[in-house]
Amino acid sequence: MTLEWLIIIPLAAALVNLVVPREQEGVARWISLAALAADLVVLLLIGGGNWSLPGERGLWMVQSNHQWIPQLGISLQFAMDGLSFVMLILTVLLGVASVVCSWTEITERVGFFHFNLMAVLSGIIGVFLSLDLFVFYFFWELMLVPMYFLIAIWGHENRKYAATKFFVFTQAGGLLLLAGIVALYFVHGNASGQYTFNYFEILQVQVTGRAGFFIMLAFIAGFAVKLPAIPVHTWLPDAHTEAPTAGSVILAGLLLKTGAYGIIRFVLPLFPSSVAEIAWTVNLVAVVGILYGAVLAFAQTDMKRLVAYTSVSHMGFVLLGLFSQSAMALQGAVMQMLCHGISTGALFILVGMLQERTHTRDMTRLGGLWDLAPRMSGVAMVFALASLGLPGLGNFVGEFLVMVGAYKTFPWLVVAAAIGLVLATIYALDLMRRLFFGPLKGSWSFADLSLREAVLTIPFVVAIVALGVFPGPVFRTVQPTVDSLAKAGKELHQVQSSLGEPSGNGAVVVKQSITSREIRWRMP
Amino acid sequence: MTYADLGRLAPLLVLFAAPVVLLVIIAFYRHHGFTMGATLATLAASFVLLVTGGHAESFRITDLLVMDGYSVFFVALILVAAMVVTLLSYPYLEATTKRKEEYYPLLLVATLGAAVLVASSHFASLFLGLEILGISLYALIGFQRERRCCVEASMKYLILAAVGSAFLLFGMALIYAETGSLEFTRIMQSAKGAGLLFLLGTATLIVGIGFKLALVPFHMWTADVYQGAPAPVTAFIASVSKGAAFALILRFLTELRIDQFPTLGLALTTVAVLSMFAGNLLALMQTNVKRMLAYSSIAHVGYLLVALLATSPLGMIAVGYYLVAYFVTILGAFGVVAVLSGPEGDAEQIEEYRGLSSRRPWLAAVLCAMMLSLAGIPLTAGFLGKFYLVVAGIGSALWVLVISLVVTSVIGLYYYLRVIFAMYARPEENLAALPECQKIPVLSGITLAVLSVVLVLTGVYPGPMIDIIRTTVTGLR
Repeated sequence: MTLEWLIIIPLAAALVNLVVPREQEGVARWISLAALAADLVVLLLIGGGNWSLPGERGLWMVQSNHQWIPQLGISLQFAMDGLSFVMLILTVLLGVASVVCSWTEITERVGFFHFNLMAVLSGIIGVFLSLDLFVFYFFWELMLVPMYFLIAIWGHENRKYAATKFFVFTQAGGLLLLAGIVALYFVHGNASGQYTFNYFEILQVQVTGRAGFFIMLAFIAGFAVKLPAIPVHTWLPDAHTEAPTAGSVILAGLLLKTGAYGIIRFVLPLFPSSVAEIAWTVNLVAVVGILYGAVLAFAQTDMKRLVAYTSVSHMGFVLLGLFSQSAMALQGAVMQMLCHGISTGALFILVGMLQERTHTRDMTRLGGLWDLAPRMSGVAMVFALASLGLPGLGNFVGEFLVMVGAYKTFPWLVVAAAIGLVLATIYALDLMRRLFFGPLKGSWSFADLSLREAVLTIPFVVAIVALGVFPGPVFRTVQPTVDSLAKAGKELHQVQSSLGEPSGNGAVVVKQSITSREIRWRMP
Repeated sequence: MTYADLGRLAPLLVLFAAPVVLLVIIAFYRHHGFTMGATLATLAASFVLLVTGGHAESFRITDLLVMDGYSVFFVALILVAAMVVTLLSYPYLEATTKRKEEYYPLLLVATLGAAVLVASSHFASLFLGLEILGISLYALIGFQRERRCCVEASMKYLILAAVGSAFLLFGMALIYAETGSLEFTRIMQSAKGAGLLFLLGTATLIVGIGFKLALVPFHMWTADVYQGAPAPVTAFIASVSKGAAFALILRFLTELRIDQFPTLGLALTTVAVLSMFAGNLLALMQTNVKRMLAYSSIAHVGYLLVALLATSPLGMIAVGYYLVAYFVTILGAFGVVAVLSGPEGDAEQIEEYRGLSSRRPWLAAVLCAMMLSLAGIPLTAGFLGKFYLVVAGIGSALWVLVISLVVTSVIGLYYYLRVIFAMYARPEENLAALPECQKIPVLSGITLAVLSVVLVLTGVYPGPMIDIIRTTVTGLR
């Protein structure tokens, strides 16, 4: 069993879905489900087979490498560590959810829909596995086209505008990322004499000084668009609102996470000194995003738009955690990524169910739905509470750790971010009040959750509660990755103190091995 | 001139002899299928002779032509593109035109001109190649002379290409006045320390080639000619004619070592940036697919200039790869346009493509792949082509050019996506208004399928193609 299969299985399913005859398009749903189930089995086998007690195993659970374009030093280098593993589990599970939630929503061109769904999932899986910068970029771009189609063909009223805006924004970020990658390729090649896109090779060279700073900016720009950070977030409300439910789930649950993943995987270890320089600015942006997203969420009348703006707010916490230079905050950010994927995915699914029943997303036309659909309302309540950070649910763990971890270095920013939690309470409770409480508005009558819908939503509730009360396994899985980042910071420290300050554009070759671990980066 | 020379010249001689023979045959025996087959056979024969001739060493044939790896690669590319154009032309002419047979000798002559242009090492052969190519193109553009737009396009091309040729000749004269030679290598030897006159001559020469390449500000003819010419001829202009002119200017400027002349480099940088921006911005405003592709082609030549200005072996490989990718893509795109065209005119308006995916899913998929390749999206050859250009540009630290390339690529996305969106729009929109469609001709279908496969194959497994380009093209220096 090797890692390539994780990408090949959904890709193959996508191609099969493309040629499913039009008369039996329903088969495509089962093909997608089967592929994702197979992917999950492979993933668990790889994860289980390479499992050992934390601390005993190295950073990388499993690796594989094949030649691809040797002329340019490009190889299909895949590897999985705890972080990738956690993200891949989330990907496959949300993939299953998005297949199930579009079971009755999508009736036109079902085969082509599932082609795009599976293609975007295999792109995301590729992003979480690639450790060759070119291959990473390849999958990064590959996610866009099927996502564009998902929005442009099966989206709502304003889909053309939203789909184009999504594509143009992310492609602009992507091209900046490409420029950064190629610049890094040459800086590394000039310093070491070996021109390669391989992550492990490039990691051997610390790019510092002005060149490092600009390359890091290009990387951050590419990832910030996906994350999204203010002010490049404007594609998100449009894309989320216009996308079909499955598209929103994948966008919010997975695509946004690729941006955060990219920062953890590439920006933090490759440019530790430049990251330290820019950390305050990025964190300021993150806090502005937290507050701005929360305020705008409160002002919406469109349900999907509201949930979309809460994403901006929640991803602000992730960004804050990533650039706080503290192990605790980093763990919190990863936790927040997972929980945001689950809670926002669930909220989009619930909103999608409501829209399928009422054909509107306008909250002013809805109200008092609790009596009509108590089960649906109850589930919605859980995720509204998760969204506002209720202790006992996963989001609380993530946000709390981020704030505690970041407080040491950025106290005032954390104080401001805490206001975001208050605002979250306001918009989440207001959403519940407007939709489910009070007298019934209009003459709606529809069924409560069906069996399929209940089977779809209950696991989300279980997951968010489980992460809230028992987050330990996730922390232990991600710990080696966090440790390795601490190591990178330590190495930089040593080199700087042994060589003096790095010169202007210089790249410093780091080859010493580190025996002692810095305590500050460890979890308490 | 020896027998060995003749052997190496054989690919071109075949191209020279075949049109003459074909014209005589047509006078007695008009048969569309036969003429097409003979044309295809000629091109194939020329290709085989070329590839088996070997390219390890550079081979000079008098002062006029040089057959080295560089020539062999680009001539081979031109021949393959001409074959594709021939295959696309047959069903197109069947459906749209009454007298068809003369088209093929003209196509062969134009191909000969392009091949001579690529292989030339002397101003005389350069000018000969350019004019052979140009004159047969005037006739090809206006081939459907009962259609007014064709004749108009032909006249426009004639006049502006003549202006371009005048510039070219003037530039040659100035260079001759300074260096006393018309032969490339001797010009290069005396170019060191050459004065203002030489610089002026080179600039004027670039203006002349710039007309052919449709670089801004010499691009005025492009949109009208692309729109007016029959779709397969447009494909020929976009691929063969531009590719040959670019290969020539690349050879000339590389041998000249353009990095010795900062003024020239600055001028070309300006032209490149202008081409990228103007091409993409003007393409944004088009509702006609052929005009849109015309403006986008201006931008693409601008992208190619990034690799030219990199003046590195990496840049040469980038040009080779990008041209292969661009040839495949643009031939495929115009191939789809040709398939959709009927006797009442070419399928040009974006509106005609609305809902194409539900009427003709495979054709829509092909055009979608071509648009994504033009936009530089992964899994297509265009992605790796653009990637190579960025690598070449950053490798030589051409930041202004690389940033322009990035910014304009984003602008370009918008209009490529517009075509894709139109094709994949939901079927209920305006479907009833469109005429019933016929079946795709077998020949076009196979050609387009092969082009798509090549597009994806070079996009995901480019190793062999890069090796070929490396061994042939970079043998120049």
